[in-house]
Amino acid sequence: MAGEGMKSALYRQSARRRGLAFAALLALAALPPLLQALGQDFYVSVAARMLIFALAATSLNFIVGFGGLVAFGHAAFFGAGAYAVAILAERGVTSAFVAWPAAAALAGGLALLIGAISLRTRGVYFIMITLAFAQMIYYLFISLKAWGGDDGLPLMARSTFGPFDLGNDATFYWVALACLAAALFLLDRIAHARFGRVLQGIRENESRMAALGYPVAAYQLACFVIGGTLAGLAGALIANHSLLASPNLLHWTQSGTLLVMVIVGGVGTLYGGFAGALTLLLLEELLTGVTVHWHAALGLLLLVVVFRAPRGVAAWLHGLFSRGGTK
Amino acid sequence: MNALLEIRGLAVAYGASQVLFGIDLTLAEGEVATLLGRNGMGKSTTLRTLCGLSPAPAGILAGSIRFAGEEIAGRAPDRIGRGGIALVPEGRQIFPNLSVRENLVAFAANRRGVASPWTLERVFELFPRLAERQQNMGNQLSGGEQQMLAIGRALMTNPRLLILDEATEGLAPLVREEIWQCLARLRAAGQTTLVVDKYVERLIALADRHTIVERGRVVWPGSSAELDADHGIWHRYLGV
Repeated sequence: MAGEGMKSALYRQSARRRGLAFAALLALAALPPLLQALGQDFYVSVAARMLIFALAATSLNFIVGFGGLVAFGHAAFFGAGAYAVAILAERGVTSAFVAWPAAAALAGGLALLIGAISLRTRGVYFIMITLAFAQMIYYLFISLKAWGGDDGLPLMARSTFGPFDLGNDATFYWVALACLAAALFLLDRIAHARFGRVLQGIRENESRMAALGYPVAAYQLACFVIGGTLAGLAGALIANHSLLASPNLLHWTQSGTLLVMVIVGGVGTLYGGFAGALTLLLLEELLTGVTVHWHAALGLLLLVVVFRAPRGVAAWLHGLFSRGGTK
Repeated sequence: MNALLEIRGLAVAYGASQVLFGIDLTLAEGEVATLLGRNGMGKSTTLRTLCGLSPAPAGILAGSIRFAGEEIAGRAPDRIGRGGIALVPEGRQIFPNLSVRENLVAFAANRRGVASPWTLERVFELFPRLAERQQNMGNQLSGGEQQMLAIGRALMTNPRLLILDEATEGLAPLVREEIWQCLARLRAAGQTTLVVDKYVERLIALADRHTIVERGRVVWPGSSAELDADHGIWHRYLGV
């Protein structure tokens, strides 16, 4: 009986979680018309950028938080996705249904290659080798004049998306939101499936899982490839958003920014990447309007976030809602 | 009886320090054996080498480990695990952020196509306390419950050989007794088991054969009757 009671409590909890997620999705979907009604059309594009970075940070959080792999070269997959879309567009392939999956597949393939080598190392060596691979790809792209070199590769227009016009910022925002929601749904299913449980087991105790007969490296590689593939999709979106595949997307500072988003949002929580990207980019957006020394102010504010919410903004918000729910 | 596990002349070093100097141990199918000795004498190293956990293959200086007729010395631990060896490690090492049920179900495997595999129900029958606490997270369990969970989790991989490293360490007497009774039931069910523990009297009652190691060498192998008859061995090698 106690077990049944607990089961239904868990069911209520997960139903409540699903309800909250759906409400948040509806609220986010309603943002473009709301901003347009307020005459703030510009912010629709800003919000779309936030969603794209949320997707990139979510993909990294899957690798760091679920796989337990502190990767410092995620920019390689993000940038590769952007370049894939720009190169294909230059060759006349503008359909999102071709270019975006190609970008994700290229990033996934790159993750497979980098992961297969990097996962032979552990700890700080893993951090350094992923950073080294990302920097190699960065230098490769800035040295290739055919693909824009230092200047990057511009896109003439956003990808075509069936009957929808991605040139319209609101439409692009909704497509980015749909991609993020689909990625979150997918990662949620993975985390609750046997594969996700094994990954969490590996994160807790690698040698224990190996002794239980699980090929640890293969599971970690699969996790790394899933994260890299989603980062490639985020890259395809960011190239469309800014109409440019910039080498800055491949630079190690981009990997650092994504890692900070994950840490601020909450390592290992499903919405951690989303919360971190929103927090960081919102603060950046607000502070740039106030002072040119916004980096210093942002640093101080991040200190407040870290001290007030050491397990991340997502965990802090979850705690806030849970307390609210029990009152 | 055919030997399921046969360790011959196993010599192992961690870097420049040799810690095992020719360990021999044989275990037949359905048998329960123990590896005894004081702390730091090489019991855990023997188990870890057997499971492929340490040292690196280069650390195995000599000897062979044959399991079910195959040489497994130096193999990766996941291959050894899939081959049918399950270790219940010292310190339990359950997954604290997974529930009892998840700890058991998520890693269950019937890789050898066992006709009547271990199921959640069978584990709960063996450890009724786990059934009551199946929705609790691993870190909400007592030490005894964690140990039961660690054994249950190992059984869910349907091992041919179950290895227990200090399974009753740090447990209250009543809980310890519960673990001994469970091991006796497993023995009756024909589970081949290798046990490392300190409670000699209980081990004599449980196991068929014993191997005592001292400073990385086998100093006494024998049956339960022989060990029971010679308390001088207890005193000399086990400090009892």
